[in-house]
Amino acid sequence: MFRIRTLAAATAALLATFVTPAHAGKTLDAIKAKGQLACGVSTGVIGFSAADSQGQWRGLDVDVCRALAAAVLGDPNKVRWVPLNSQQRFTAIQSGEVDILSRNTTWSLTRDAGLGLHFTAVTYYDGQGFLVAKKSKVTSAKQLKNAEICVQSGTTTERNLADWFRAQGIKVKPVVFEKFEPSIKAFFSGRCQAYTTDASALAFIRTKEAPNPDDYLVLPEIISKEPLGPAVRRGDDEWFAVVKWVVQALVEAEELGITQAKVDALKASPDPAIQRFLGVGEDLGKSLGLDREWAARAVKAGGNYGELFERNVGAGSPLKLPRGLNAQWNKGGLMYGLPLR
Amino acid sequence: MHAKQLSRIAVQALIVLAVAGLLALLATTTASHLAQRGIRSGFDFLLEPAGFTLGESAIPLDAGDSTLLAFAAGLANTLRLALPGAALALGLGVLVGFGRLAEHPLVRGLARAFVNAFRNIPLLLQLLAWYFILTDLLPASDAALRLAPGVFLSKSGLALPWWGEAGFEIPEPAGFGIDGGARLTPEYLAMLIGLVIYTAAYIAEILRAAVEALPPGQRLAALAMGMTPRQTFRLVLLPQAWRAALPPVTSQLLNLFKNASLAVAIGYPDLVSVAGTSLNQTGRAIECLSIVIAVYLLLSLAGAAVSHRLERHVLRGGVA
Repeated sequence: MFRIRTLAAATAALLATFVTPAHAGKTLDAIKAKGQLACGVSTGVIGFSAADSQGQWRGLDVDVCRALAAAVLGDPNKVRWVPLNSQQRFTAIQSGEVDILSRNTTWSLTRDAGLGLHFTAVTYYDGQGFLVAKKSKVTSAKQLKNAEICVQSGTTTERNLADWFRAQGIKVKPVVFEKFEPSIKAFFSGRCQAYTTDASALAFIRTKEAPNPDDYLVLPEIISKEPLGPAVRRGDDEWFAVVKWVVQALVEAEELGITQAKVDALKASPDPAIQRFLGVGEDLGKSLGLDREWAARAVKAGGNYGELFERNVGAGSPLKLPRGLNAQWNKGGLMYGLPLR
Repeated sequence: MHAKQLSRIAVQALIVLAVAGLLALLATTTASHLAQRGIRSGFDFLLEPAGFTLGESAIPLDAGDSTLLAFAAGLANTLRLALPGAALALGLGVLVGFGRLAEHPLVRGLARAFVNAFRNIPLLLQLLAWYFILTDLLPASDAALRLAPGVFLSKSGLALPWWGEAGFEIPEPAGFGIDGGARLTPEYLAMLIGLVIYTAAYIAEILRAAVEALPPGQRLAALAMGMTPRQTFRLVLLPQAWRAALPPVTSQLLNLFKNASLAVAIGYPDLVSVAGTSLNQTGRAIECLSIVIAVYLLLSLAGAAVSHRLERHVLRGGVA
């Protein structure tokens, strides 16, 4: 039950704030000492973080944690997965229960400035959309006047919904569910005229959960900006820098053509940018508190950003999402790896 | 004796002070640690715009209204569910309780099956089952079932003629469903049915136990005096059984009120649902949860106080 778990998490946070002093600059040392990274993930969002039938965690957010563990601890499997629902997630990162929150969480001002955490980088540019039944003859969200819209609680989704329809001068009625399954079941039983969530999830819901995908349509309107990315606790700049640069390294690796398969062979590359990246030339790890091969290991864990994308949410996954905004900057997208030098 | 009393009062006062001191220490330490970690805290967010709306609300709510009003609307939705629910559960519980004591074996068997079925399945499962039965069985909202002039039943609920923005309105099919009048949504109906049946099963058992606990001579004496079984039950057994049954029955009604907090599972926007959404928008976990805790505590205590007065009234010889 979420109430009990939320209450437990809040109580834990309360106790944690009560008995332990605030950490500062110690996260990296603590992780190295424990030999384990505590990674906060979702309770199950296919493509981003979900346990498969063997209990293995898979997804884009999961692979970010694996790359981080590889860079910091030398082993992508030294991760403790902590599944968090959307109410628990901020308390868990605030209280130090997890070292990183890698859980399809939208980066917004109030969260970045007011919740005691720092977002590090964007790993997926998402946006909120609508799914409708084709037989309703709705082809635009603007036709949803007086419609009832099924939505799962505990995200930025409910607010975007209210904001967008308010701006359009249209009234809609949200039907808010705590859990994912009842929310989509209610929609597919015809309780609501539309279902709303991030576009990445809509594609999955239509192809995997609909009784017949061809009876349903994702509307063209994207009503919000949802930059998703990992966040860390405030007050530890060193750890913040490590997470930020591991994500940048994954994006930069794609641009440099460093893939999981080629990472070892490329150590012989004459390209100074690749040499620096792989730690053959300069030692970039030192200023992060890591060794020189950190970035090479991060890529070797699961591949560069492009490979992570394709495997988890792109062509090689059930979601089959196009790269769109998440393509490299020189290919029409927004992914622009900061220079590793 | 006097000194003993004094020392007892002193000990109690000390305990109260110690508990209050601990709570104050906890509150101030938490607040200072939250501030140290750059986490905004406090109840100021209650006056800021909520930014979300509710699908159904006893209090009209706009996204621009304050979070405080959203909490009030959530509470109103909880009460809108719990108050009629308590009355119906009491009525149904008494009926099934009679059934449990009936002479007729079929009635007795049915009542027994009712109690056993609904008391032994977790409430959350019952609520989900009722909800999906309702949403699966009912016709789509553009093909609503017309039960009577102006009364429609569909997946978007039961539409009834009622006073709306434009005076007395009679629901009419329009656009995505039915427009005008009042609406009892499937979420509300499923919650109401689930809570009433679950609580009624407990109340029936309490009543049966209270009647069966009476000395058998009471019933035999009434029958010997020529009263019919019905008169015996109504005039002799029930008034006495009530005294024993009242405290556990009121506690079941308070349970119904607390169980109403499961509403968010099937999409009914109650107080807990509003608190969950606010928590996510603002990140004020401790604040939002303490509001919910305080409201439930206060209302339950108020309910307990009413029941206590009622008990004293009954014990003085009145009939509830």
